[in-house]
Amino acid sequence: MITCPECEADLTLPKGVMENELITCPECGTELEVISLNPVELALAPDVEEDWGE
Amino acid sequence: MRIAILITLLRPEEKLLIAAFQAQGIEPDVILDRDLNFDVVGGAHQLAPSGVPWNAYDVVLERCVSTSRGLYAQAILNSWGIITINNYATASVCADKLLTSLALAQHNVPQPATRVAFTPESTMQAIDQVGYPAVLKPVTGSWGRLLARVTDANSAESIIEHRETLGDYQFHVYYLQEYVNKPGRDIRAFVVGERTICAIYRSSEHWITNTARGGKASNCPVTPELSDLCLRAAKAVGGGVLAIDVFETPEGGLLVNEINHTMEFRNSSAPTGVDIAAEVVRYTVSQARVSQTSESQA
Repeated sequence: MITCPECEADLTLPKGVMENELITCPECGTELEVISLNPVELALAPDVEEDWGE
Repeated sequence: MRIAILITLLRPEEKLLIAAFQAQGIEPDVILDRDLNFDVVGGAHQLAPSGVPWNAYDVVLERCVSTSRGLYAQAILNSWGIITINNYATASVCADKLLTSLALAQHNVPQPATRVAFTPESTMQAIDQVGYPAVLKPVTGSWGRLLARVTDANSAESIIEHRETLGDYQFHVYYLQEYVNKPGRDIRAFVVGERTICAIYRSSEHWITNTARGGKASNCPVTPELSDLCLRAAKAVGGGVLAIDVFETPEGGLLVNEINHTMEFRNSSAPTGVDIAAEVVRYTVSQARVSQTSESQA
């Protein structure tokens, strides 16, 4: 079991999740980045910057 | 074949692309732009963050959500002779709305009436010339950020005053277009190489129809007229893997509004029935093969 770094809710990673994928904490809605899968490590996703886009 | 995919974050698009590479028997190296650290005079033999020399890659698929990081990485890699999809020349034009407008104009691709001015006074004159309502846009930026529809001189003066107060000089470059009275939607068409592979309508009650802003995607038939327009637009900016945003005019014409060089497509494969990731991967692999063939013949 892993916890949300923002609200400490218990999380279950989605099936097939990959490193650096973004997930959303179902409890607090915070966007998280999967930093590592072995061991599982989550961090707050980087803030959107002014130059982000397509 | 060795392929790298350069990313800021792993979004649904990048996940689909990795799966599409794997379906072709290719395991791409995923490189995070936050890990980049180039010796700009060190050349292509230096190691990428993956531990592989950059020149070992047959092609690098650039998928950074950070426009600046993606552009500079492409500039460096292309200067070393490494193929990127898209290349820097194309990406740098698409990343700048004014340069895109110039490229479209040079290739006689229809677009909304567009003017550029640099001071509040000349901008007010330019808006008068385009006519109200007009749309003020930053020359760089995406996802509909800081677009403003100005309906009269008072609102124009207010927007300009705000822009003058913002710190970045980019906001003092006033790129403005006629407001096209769209039929509650615009068109996003996907061009991969020499083909318009599919298109969607982006429908919204709001005048900004980006799916990032809530626009709903549905299939748009790729007519010969739409395909021809999009291929001409893609060619104007140098070609590659591109999303062409098109307006339908009240008179039934089509105008190219913008061209995106790192397109999002998570909402577009389902309505169109086209596996966009697979198309992008096929094109990327084909460009790597072109490169390999050229090298073996040299």
